[in-house]
Amino acid sequence: MSRPLTIDAFGRGLREGKFSAAEITSDVLKQIDRENPRLNAFILVMGEAARRQAAELDRELASGRDRGPLHGVPISVKDLFDVAGTPTTAASRVREGHMAAADAEVIGRAREAGAIIVGKTNLHEFAFGTTNDESAFGPARNPHDSARSPGGSSGGSAASVAAGMALGTIGSDTGGSIRIPAAACGIVGLKPTYGEVSLTGAVPLSRSLDHAGPLASTVRDTWLLYQVLAGRHASPPDTVGLKLRVLGGYFCDLLDDEVRQRFEEAIDRLRASGAAIDDKLIEHASLITPAYMHISFGDAAAYHAKTIEAVPHLYTPPVRQRIELARYVLAEDYVRAQEVREALRREVDAALEGCQALMLPTLPIPAPVIGQPSVEIGGAKHPVRALMLRLTQLFNLTGHPAISLPCGTTSTGLPCGLQLVGKIGATDALVAVAAEVERQLS
Amino acid sequence: MTIDAWVAAAIADAERRGLPELRPLIEALAQATRALRAADLPGHEPVPGGK
Repeated sequence: MSRPLTIDAFGRGLREGKFSAAEITSDVLKQIDRENPRLNAFILVMGEAARRQAAELDRELASGRDRGPLHGVPISVKDLFDVAGTPTTAASRVREGHMAAADAEVIGRAREAGAIIVGKTNLHEFAFGTTNDESAFGPARNPHDSARSPGGSSGGSAASVAAGMALGTIGSDTGGSIRIPAAACGIVGLKPTYGEVSLTGAVPLSRSLDHAGPLASTVRDTWLLYQVLAGRHASPPDTVGLKLRVLGGYFCDLLDDEVRQRFEEAIDRLRASGAAIDDKLIEHASLITPAYMHISFGDAAAYHAKTIEAVPHLYTPPVRQRIELARYVLAEDYVRAQEVREALRREVDAALEGCQALMLPTLPIPAPVIGQPSVEIGGAKHPVRALMLRLTQLFNLTGHPAISLPCGTTSTGLPCGLQLVGKIGATDALVAVAAEVERQLS
Repeated sequence: MTIDAWVAAAIADAERRGLPELRPLIEALAQATRALRAADLPGHEPVPGGK
């Protein structure tokens, strides 16, 4: 696939008069016409509104009003966020008839910064899954191999950027739903520190684990979107030298052979370019999945209690089963899970002492085939859902910022992802480290 | 509630509600619950007088 236009390059070209926002928006909409029938990335395309908005933004720029780096940038939005005057489907028939009266806070910020919303993207129903297989609108597909999942739950969002149908996108991440599809589609995805980006106007999955954040082609583009979504106006911090720490044990025990090779090659390349890299274990890593299950299930059960009673048949069967299962979590075990979560947060904080970022693969496997229930690693079969959450969910429990960036491809051309994790409240610093890692690996 | 009692009650409830397919999922969740309850975390000494 050819490399899509970046937000950064768009901004330069726009201001140098090489093209207009209207022209690029038109190109993006044509690309949607070409690629969306194959990839099913969009639930709603907002072509007319996008063209009108682009023309207005071109007039604004000509008259001297420049809204900044997102001025005239065509983006997509996961259909979990309210966009005024459109339905927020959450990819579920349960939401039929919904119409958003107002923009979600992040949508308002993006619009104010001049972003043009070209459409709303497909996702795993209610964001309750990692593949995008279960959607009322059918599965979204991976641009690198349309028989495969783009990852999830923000699968349509990642596919839209990877296939040039948007220059950036807004997603959400409860257990990895920004980073997983970013890795599966070969782009960059940032989960900021917990609470940094507003979720007002977004359909929740687990309010204590949910994060909103950007996906884009490069670390720099992702940072530009993050600044707007978080309402920040920071300059990108500089990074002098890399000091990284690889998470071992649980985080490297169960990896596809080619994913492991790409990750080890990345470590070697970074070391060769002068990075200091050591390693560390997380003592209670075996409790990550149990804690995540009980908290995410408990929260999801509370949110869906009324609708799962009233209209259970409107959910896709696997998501209905997951919600029905979630209702059996006991309060005492939910509390235990919260105690484990605190212990894990302290362990991740301790692991970050004396380094800039933790480093691990994003996904243990390349993008799975759509509908594939399990994957074989080392002669044993493992459920796809558990594998895909395995390396990302910890940082939803702890709230640390985490970013996924491309880390080579398998022999069949499927992308692999490298994940970096920073200190709580230091998302800018993490992105600066990611930009340096991206530079070293490219 | 012990985990065994909880699993039995949950499976019975799921079958009563016409959802027998939940059985393997409940058993998988129970494994995770066992791991949580067996967690050896700092500050988790037994309550004095407890069994």
